[in-house]
Amino acid sequence: MATTAPLHAPLGATNTDIQYVEAPIRAFAIATMFWGVVGFLAGIVIASQLAWPLLNLDLEWTTFGRLRPVHTSAVIFAFGGNALLCTSLFIVQRTCRARLFGGEEMGWFLFWGYNFFIVTAALGYVFGITQGKEYAEPEWFVDLWLTLVWVMYLVAFGGTILKREEPHIYVANWFFLAFIITVAMLHIGNNIALPVGGTGRSFGAASGVQDAMIQWWYGHNAVGFFLTAGFLGMMYYFIPKQAGRPVYSYRLSIIHFWAIIFLYIWAGPHHLHYTALPDWAQTLGMVFSIMLWMPSWGGMINGLMTLSGAWDKLRTDPALRFSVAAVGFYGMATFEGPVMSIRAVNALSHYTDWTIGHVHSGALGWNGFIIFGSLYWLFPVLWKKKALYSQKLVSWHFWLATLGIVLYITAMWVSGIMQGLMWRATDQLGFLQYSFIETVAAMHPYYVIRMLGGVLYLSGALIMVWNLYKTVTMVESEEPQALPSGAVVAAAE
Amino acid sequence: MPTKIEKDAISGTDTTGHEWDGLKELNTPLPRWWLYTFYATIVFAAVWVVLYPAIPIRGLTGVLGYTAREAGTAELAEARTRAEPMMARLRAATPAQIAADPDLRAYAIAGGRVAFANNCAACHGAGGQGATGGYPTLADDDWLWGGTLDAIRTTITHGIRSPDDEEARTSVMPRFLGDGMLTRPQIHDVAQHVLGLSGLATDQAAAQRGAAVFAENCVSCHGDQGEGNAELGAARLNDRIWLNGPDTRAIEAFIANPRLGVMPAFGQRLDAATINMLAVYVHSLGGGR
Repeated sequence: MATTAPLHAPLGATNTDIQYVEAPIRAFAIATMFWGVVGFLAGIVIASQLAWPLLNLDLEWTTFGRLRPVHTSAVIFAFGGNALLCTSLFIVQRTCRARLFGGEEMGWFLFWGYNFFIVTAALGYVFGITQGKEYAEPEWFVDLWLTLVWVMYLVAFGGTILKREEPHIYVANWFFLAFIITVAMLHIGNNIALPVGGTGRSFGAASGVQDAMIQWWYGHNAVGFFLTAGFLGMMYYFIPKQAGRPVYSYRLSIIHFWAIIFLYIWAGPHHLHYTALPDWAQTLGMVFSIMLWMPSWGGMINGLMTLSGAWDKLRTDPALRFSVAAVGFYGMATFEGPVMSIRAVNALSHYTDWTIGHVHSGALGWNGFIIFGSLYWLFPVLWKKKALYSQKLVSWHFWLATLGIVLYITAMWVSGIMQGLMWRATDQLGFLQYSFIETVAAMHPYYVIRMLGGVLYLSGALIMVWNLYKTVTMVESEEPQALPSGAVVAAAE
Repeated sequence: MPTKIEKDAISGTDTTGHEWDGLKELNTPLPRWWLYTFYATIVFAAVWVVLYPAIPIRGLTGVLGYTAREAGTAELAEARTRAEPMMARLRAATPAQIAADPDLRAYAIAGGRVAFANNCAACHGAGGQGATGGYPTLADDDWLWGGTLDAIRTTITHGIRSPDDEEARTSVMPRFLGDGMLTRPQIHDVAQHVLGLSGLATDQAAAQRGAAVFAENCVSCHGDQGEGNAELGAARLNDRIWLNGPDTRAIEAFIANPRLGVMPAFGQRLDAATINMLAVYVHSLGGGR
């Protein structure tokens, strides 16, 4: 490195004149940790309910049907959403060299507004006030509030980009902007409903198969834009920062960005194979999903190849391990997805645990790990500390979480494929081999393994919470155990 | 910031010349394998769109002429056609004829097992092991409504106390306490007597007293020795098989306020061949009568 000019400038060195908004971002970072723990715990509860139905407790508020949306919303919208707001508002200011549009007040409005949405939505699930659409369960009044918060988010983010002092918009911001705009469109499109009575209920504008199609246009692109595009924005900032290397390929980033944006929006019908949805829509959903394979992998290649010349850092920086493993899981899930969208494969996989395993290799591996990697980098920066409290605890978190994922997804693959094969198995006379209840009984051990995987994942997250808490509260004069990559460069300058 | 293209020493590639918060980008060309695989998926998509319905315009719905509905219907029809010769014989035959014919019997046992698992196992348990609380075990030789092939077929077809079938098997046992026919001490005594019929009484004095109560109230249906009566669905009491367990309190509760079982009339849900297969299968579980 001595022979070449450093490609990685010191953190914030050129930006000392700009007062970035940071307090609400710190709040978002804490909320991310909090909701992560809540969401993982809810996941363990409902996984246990599937293994031991007695744990439904025979109370309407604690049944699987009510707690499952609490889990999904807590991990996607609360954990993932707070992480996206946290990182996007952090990144957009720094890569634009501009203070957040709307300032500190805007940041706080977004923080309290978004988390108010989370709490009202979750209360609705527990008390049974939902519109029964997967990942879009909140009723109209919660939807309206989220719409307001989301438009303000767009104003804050877009406004910051407009007043930027950098001539070009950094790739992470393309992805964040695409995520914010598309999620706004999806949220409104899927939630058009007519409120009735004073009960907080509503009737959706569409019905029948049109409603199903709109729901999965929404549902699949919630994955595509919330959990993929937004998180790629995170990846495009934190991996180059952690690796201390330039992004591998600008050209690849621009091609795979536009390919993802264009192709993803068509892929929803693959959720409705072999249903009343017209064949032509099913075929389109399938072929667009297959064309998505390489555009998705573009992000993986750019993430992994950015490490070329810096792979040795994986030995010394366990937080970077999270980010890199995240990209690996992303690549795995985005290959598995197109495979599962093929109609003949879907005939086996649909309605089985295979789908659950697939989304969790994405959610636990990709979304969870990239968030953990980002938080480990962000906390010392946001709280002006030289380093994390303990690198060793990061390593423990990494291995516990990885082991948890391995248990989870292998259990669900085995259980899902077994379930699909049992459903269709016939004997030589043409009679079905198994009754439904026999398939349920066969899945029991895998449900227990899945629950144990979740316990490991949560244990890792609790270690992270402790580590980050100590990082924030440790006395500055304490001797740091190791420096994060960003701080290393800053110290060297 | 002015554009300042640099050469990255490690990869030898130029940067794009921009910098954001210390981040730079290399201008690496697209990986060839990536690009060609992307093209290949596009070609695959184009071919698929030509072969299968993908354009909602009449005449452009795929050269293979595939529709999911027709494919599914054809598959079902084919399975039906394949099974039809056997099913026709199963419909026409009586359960006794089926049981006597090795081919038919083997087929009926295989089909009956599946039909049982999907229709009967919810109450009677997998393999007909039954469940305490009023769900009779079918894998033994104790039959409330008769264990012959024909009796089993009748029970399956018309059900037990099913409100929507006039030929349903039905009978009523009095609520001896609820209707004021016996007092609690009498019920205690007669329960001990009933247990005593199979040598399970725990209170011999009560069992002695209960004999008179039994003779007066129970023998008309359950028989002098508690041998039961399949015509009336009256349980045999002198064996050690109990619908609600060999539990004094359960027996007393049943005499006081019986909870009489209900079974749907499957004749309204399943075809004759399936019911015949079920009768043969259920008969085989515990050896029947």
